[in-house]
Amino acid sequence: MFLDTFVLLSSNADSGFLSSLNQRLNLGDIIATVVFFTLLMLLLKKFAWGPLMGIMDQRAEMIANEIEAAEQSRLDSQKLLEEQRALLKEAHANAQSIVENAKKQGEAQREELIQTTRAEVGRMKDNAALEIATEKEKAIAAVREEFVSLSIMAASKVLGKEVSEEDNRALIEETIVKAGEGR
Amino acid sequence: MEHENPELVLFGISFNPANIMMLFVTCLIVFIIAVLSTRRMQMKPTGMQNFMEWIMDFVKGIIKNNMDWKTGGRFHVLGITLIMFVFVANMLGLPFSIQWDHKLWWKSPTADPVIAMTLAATVVILTHYYGVKMLGIKGYFKTYIQPMPFLAPLKVIEEFANTLTLGLRLYGNIFAGEILIGLLATLAAGSFGGFIGAILPALAWQGFSIFIGAIQAFIFVMLTMVYMSHKVTTDH
Repeated sequence: MFLDTFVLLSSNADSGFLSSLNQRLNLGDIIATVVFFTLLMLLLKKFAWGPLMGIMDQRAEMIANEIEAAEQSRLDSQKLLEEQRALLKEAHANAQSIVENAKKQGEAQREELIQTTRAEVGRMKDNAALEIATEKEKAIAAVREEFVSLSIMAASKVLGKEVSEEDNRALIEETIVKAGEGR
Repeated sequence: MEHENPELVLFGISFNPANIMMLFVTCLIVFIIAVLSTRRMQMKPTGMQNFMEWIMDFVKGIIKNNMDWKTGGRFHVLGITLIMFVFVANMLGLPFSIQWDHKLWWKSPTADPVIAMTLAATVVILTHYYGVKMLGIKGYFKTYIQPMPFLAPLKVIEEFANTLTLGLRLYGNIFAGEILIGLLATLAAGSFGGFIGAILPALAWQGFSIFIGAIQAFIFVMLTMVYMSHKVTTDH
């Protein structure tokens, strides 16, 4: 077809390019098609595709932002959670140590109390023993004195004469002590 | 069925007024659909906006199949317009065809070989334009000697074959569909029995034609992007 057209063109060169082409080809339709299509494309780009693409891009951007924000907030909450968890752990440990301390302190206090009591009791026992010993000593001395007097009285009765207490006391006391030791 | 095309000679150029009218109708319908569906646009799309966005994503998918979006993004508008235009054009001839004084006025514009071939040629010329624009003159001619220099003649032939097949495929499918619908309509109009007999095949064929029209629109855009990617990318 193309070749034919060119052959025809060369033979009919005088009658003009367009008229010779028109016998074979409706050039008008071609021009109209291209013009119509181009116009349609330009108009649609301005009135339909452009705005639509704009809003789609905008939406894509919004979605991307939203995703980013969601990711960010997820990270934030993760961090917060981690923090809270750490705090909780710390509080737990604190509580544990406080309880431990209290227990230890109580134990120490109890021990100390027992120690004090025991010491007190020991001291009181010692005191009592000392006192008893003193009293015993005193009583023995008293008894001994009484005994000396009685012995002298008895001896004076037996001898029938006055025995000087002052002269013989030392002797009697020595005897009593000896007797006490012998017992 | 016998008909001829109306003709009008203006400024020494011959026009087919029927073609012009049908092209205008096609453009009008596409424009109205597109503009109506992109009024009151919202972030959260509803109704027709969804439909338009689906078409956009569909064409985007076609382009992404053939080249990366950085290169192919510029053909998005072309692709959407093309698919809408060809689809609407394919549909126009389906419900009826109108003849006046044995001249065919209402038909699918794509059932005219001149229009189908013009669309195809426009697309192929655009691929060459973008090939030169994006790869440079040197890069453009380099595509002819790849992968093997001795294939260069085949590459040149391929360009013409591409144009021819792209246009004739569209034209042939739509024209054949309209011929068959016309025949069935003639049969139905002939007699009562013919009407009864023609109902079922006519329904079936109209449904099939809608399918064909959609498929052809898709194929046209698909091949456009395939040819485009051959010209604007170097890795093929």
